[in-house]
Amino acid sequence: MVSGSGLLPVMVLLPFIGALVPGLMIRAGRNACATFTAVPTVLALVFLGVMAPGVLDGGTVTAKFDWLPALGLNANFMLDGLGLLFAGMILGMGLLITLYARFYLSGDDPMGQFYTYLLLFQGAMLGIVVSDNILLLLVFWELTSLSSFLLIGYWKHLPEGRQGARMALTVTGAGGLAMIAGMLILGNIAGSYDLSVILQHGEEIRASEYYLPALILILLGAFTKSAQFPFHFWLPHAMAAPTPVSAYLHSATMVKAGIFLMARMWPVLAGTEEWFYIVSTVGLITMVIGALIALFKDDLKALLAFSTVSHLGLLTMLLGLGSKMAAVVAVFHILNHLTFKAALFMSAGIVDHETHTRDIKRLGGLASLMPVTALIAVVAALSMAGIPPLNGFMSKEMMLEEVAHTHWWGGEWPIIILATLGALLSVAYSFRFIGHTFFGPVRDDYPHHPHDPPVGMLLAPGFLAVLVVLIGLAPMVFAAPIVEAAGLAVTGEAPDVHLKLWHGVTPALFMSMVAVLGGAVLLWLHRPLDRIWLATPRPEAKVMFDTLVRRIALGSRFITEVAHNGSISRYLAIFTVATIALGYAAFQGGGLPAPTRAPLPVPPLVAVGFVLLMVATAATVTMHRNRFRALILTSVVGLMVSFGFVYLSAPDLALTQISVDTVTVMLMLLALHFLPKETPRESPIALHIRDGAIAIAAGVAVAALAYAFLLRDISTISDYHLANSYKGGGGTNVVNVILVDFRGYDTYGEIIVLGIAGLTLYALMEALLDGPASRRLRNWTFPPDRSRDRHPLMMVVATRVMMPIAALVGVYIFLRGHNLPGGGFVAGLVISIALLMQYMASGFGWTQERKRFEYHAMIGWGVVVAGLTGAGAWLAGEPFLTSAFGYFQIWPFEEFELATAALFDLGVFLTVLGAVMLMLYSLSRLARYAGETVNIEPMDYDPSRRADAPEAADGKKDEG
Amino acid sequence: MELVVATSLGGLTAAGIYLILRLRAFPVILGLTLLSYAVNVFVFATGRLTVGLPPVLSDGASAYTDPLPQALVLTAIVISFGMTAVLVLIALGAFLEAGDDRVNIEDETKTTGENDA
Repeated sequence: MVSGSGLLPVMVLLPFIGALVPGLMIRAGRNACATFTAVPTVLALVFLGVMAPGVLDGGTVTAKFDWLPALGLNANFMLDGLGLLFAGMILGMGLLITLYARFYLSGDDPMGQFYTYLLLFQGAMLGIVVSDNILLLLVFWELTSLSSFLLIGYWKHLPEGRQGARMALTVTGAGGLAMIAGMLILGNIAGSYDLSVILQHGEEIRASEYYLPALILILLGAFTKSAQFPFHFWLPHAMAAPTPVSAYLHSATMVKAGIFLMARMWPVLAGTEEWFYIVSTVGLITMVIGALIALFKDDLKALLAFSTVSHLGLLTMLLGLGSKMAAVVAVFHILNHLTFKAALFMSAGIVDHETHTRDIKRLGGLASLMPVTALIAVVAALSMAGIPPLNGFMSKEMMLEEVAHTHWWGGEWPIIILATLGALLSVAYSFRFIGHTFFGPVRDDYPHHPHDPPVGMLLAPGFLAVLVVLIGLAPMVFAAPIVEAAGLAVTGEAPDVHLKLWHGVTPALFMSMVAVLGGAVLLWLHRPLDRIWLATPRPEAKVMFDTLVRRIALGSRFITEVAHNGSISRYLAIFTVATIALGYAAFQGGGLPAPTRAPLPVPPLVAVGFVLLMVATAATVTMHRNRFRALILTSVVGLMVSFGFVYLSAPDLALTQISVDTVTVMLMLLALHFLPKETPRESPIALHIRDGAIAIAAGVAVAALAYAFLLRDISTISDYHLANSYKGGGGTNVVNVILVDFRGYDTYGEIIVLGIAGLTLYALMEALLDGPASRRLRNWTFPPDRSRDRHPLMMVVATRVMMPIAALVGVYIFLRGHNLPGGGFVAGLVISIALLMQYMASGFGWTQERKRFEYHAMIGWGVVVAGLTGAGAWLAGEPFLTSAFGYFQIWPFEEFELATAALFDLGVFLTVLGAVMLMLYSLSRLARYAGETVNIEPMDYDPSRRADAPEAADGKKDEG
Repeated sequence: MELVVATSLGGLTAAGIYLILRLRAFPVILGLTLLSYAVNVFVFATGRLTVGLPPVLSDGASAYTDPLPQALVLTAIVISFGMTAVLVLIALGAFLEAGDDRVNIEDETKTTGENDA
């Protein structure tokens, strides 16, 4: 452990914070924008530099923050040698790319956007390499996929850019999903998601039965990200991105994330047969195939892309070999590949920029026209080919040396031949890159006459080319310390790193010579070979990918159209059947314990009620075509259910059920007025049978379930409520105390829902009356058989007398609610029924004129009163909705209780009353809209008036 | 008694399910009403059945009925009313605008498809 841990998370955050800046600074000009983009990168580099010495000495910088400890997701960071190497590469390259892009992007490109994406990507990438928690690592991993999607598709007007971005996101995203699964398995085996802990549990993980699935899933993530065969195809298509992006993401950083992950997990996962054969084979195949395709690509960037694929294969193979030295060589080659490949990409970008083409067949002879660029490209390409004394030569020699004594698929020779072939092809395409672009005769048909670009554009690739040479000439100074530190992090022991150009006469030297000579010969034969290549049929990955995506899209569309065809009956049927099936499966799973409760007896009265209920239910179904009859039968069912509640010791429920049923029936009657009175016969007999079968299955299932649990006891939390109702809530009616106190928050939410339902109804009705429905209503013809006597005298008188009584009952029910059955819900319903009776008996106009409150306001006040009551608890320093109560005595009354819960209940009461009234009021507007007249007098005609007097009071037409 | 309640529940559920699978809005709403009864009774019954036990605290009582499911069901009853009301209005609106109260849009998509072609 070394100090400076606070710097680490800040370093990761810097690019993310900095990402906000370029978008703003672009207004100050392109130079300012680029400068401000560089600031967070430079700062992060400084931080890294402060921490570097400790890490190079073999230490580890850590920083830990709990984020979601319950999930094992902690913001833990760790900087060891491997992290330092990658962080240095990411930040250093980031700086160079910022500089290069400043000159590369044209004035038409939105530069602020570019830099923002770039910094986001940089931060995500940095996060990957310093995460000490695999879940955190996954978050950053997905962030790189997303930000690279934005960068690849940066030129939004190019279809190739959009398609390439989509393909990259699909492939790497799918791999990322697989990796999530693999990481979760890994974390489960190790018992922690912290990387440092997992790294300690290598033995255990390799011995686990879940090792192979975890390995395959994690490798899927790494292979897709690092473009390994057969997922290599996305990388060339991602070359539609601007060249700075290609240089940064597709040579230096993102594609190395998979390599990084394999290196990171190397101590845990490597060393088994499975690892050896899967990883080394995939790597070797990728290396050879990538190199072969690269040789025949005419697009400079495509050539480099496939060469990158090939080199990533090489790295994968090295890690796959499983020997410690091979892993160290891989680390060294990561560094070397970065230097020469990024320089090459930037040179290709410069050529493209200057000549306006990247087609090798249209280029050649550029060396004399743009000598500096040519020099940089030649140095870098020779390093890629593995020519001494450049750095690429050294890592290639070391690679061949490792390969030369590896026993693979039955001997040393297969791998030696394949690796040499890969190296040979690599020499060939490297030579072709420089030979066909910069050498040969100067042409006069370039799309644009080339010359060296401004110095700013050359600085970055030039710097990298210098590094190529320096590492080649003095590897022990410029590369050994970091390779040693990273090698230590990967293999767990300090490697013996001796980097030098001359290793003596070894097998690797011969393989190298074969490769260089063979490569030269291949280039010489390139023209005829190219013809053969073009004539040979090859599988086209993009076509296959597009076909696959199209098929998947068609498949999901088919499933969607079958399951989601607009038929709600079908959804409900599918849903019901699925529920029954799941329930059945659950029933099969656990055994059923013996019954613990004795069945209660069935008195004759209950038997009568049961028969009535079943008959009414059955009749509702059989007679449902006559809608009015079905509605009345439903209310009989409701009545029986209420009786059931009475009998089974639930008076509160019975009260509520009866009052709700009453208003429901009124509401349905109002609606039925405008709906067809009959349901036509239209479903075929097969449908009836199907639905009947489903319904009976569901009924049997519910009955069986209910019967099963009714005979068995459970432990409940109700005892707590019973014990504390009086002590804590001050009420003896436990149901009411639960509603207004224990679970007051629920109730608060519920009255808000009810209020919203009421307002929704009002708003829907408003919309309806403005829409096409209004025309239909205007032309409404009422059936001729309707009653002439709309407001019968007897009913008017009776309801007028009932009103004060009903109101009194309502108030009584409300007041006693806390201690006896009743409460705000029931009281609200009772009062609304009393009011509704007035509307029905005396007519709309007469009642409306006497109305003192707006129903909307009543809903609002109800919620406000309940909310304020709850908030009042804060004043006493208690949590929201804590109730308080006390007992008072005022002469001449008996002692009585006052509880804030009653005030809360008042809010419930007001909301329920307002919502119910608003709903029915809204529905009744339909009738008036359709031409129903309203009266102002309590009756349509005044019996006290003489019969021959003119009828003045027939009323106005409301809303007409 | 348990058998009676379970059978009632089964009957209500079967009737409710059958009705919500009909093709017109009104039976569907009736079916939902029956299903709400079934669900409410079901939730209530999870407190197990008791006869003649007080739900209100008193000094003489030795045992009580389970108050918690009752409180839950009480609000459920009121909320299901609100839901029914909204559904009724939606059905009404659909009927008044479209001229029939079918719940499925299969046929309609077919006809619009023909119109497009």
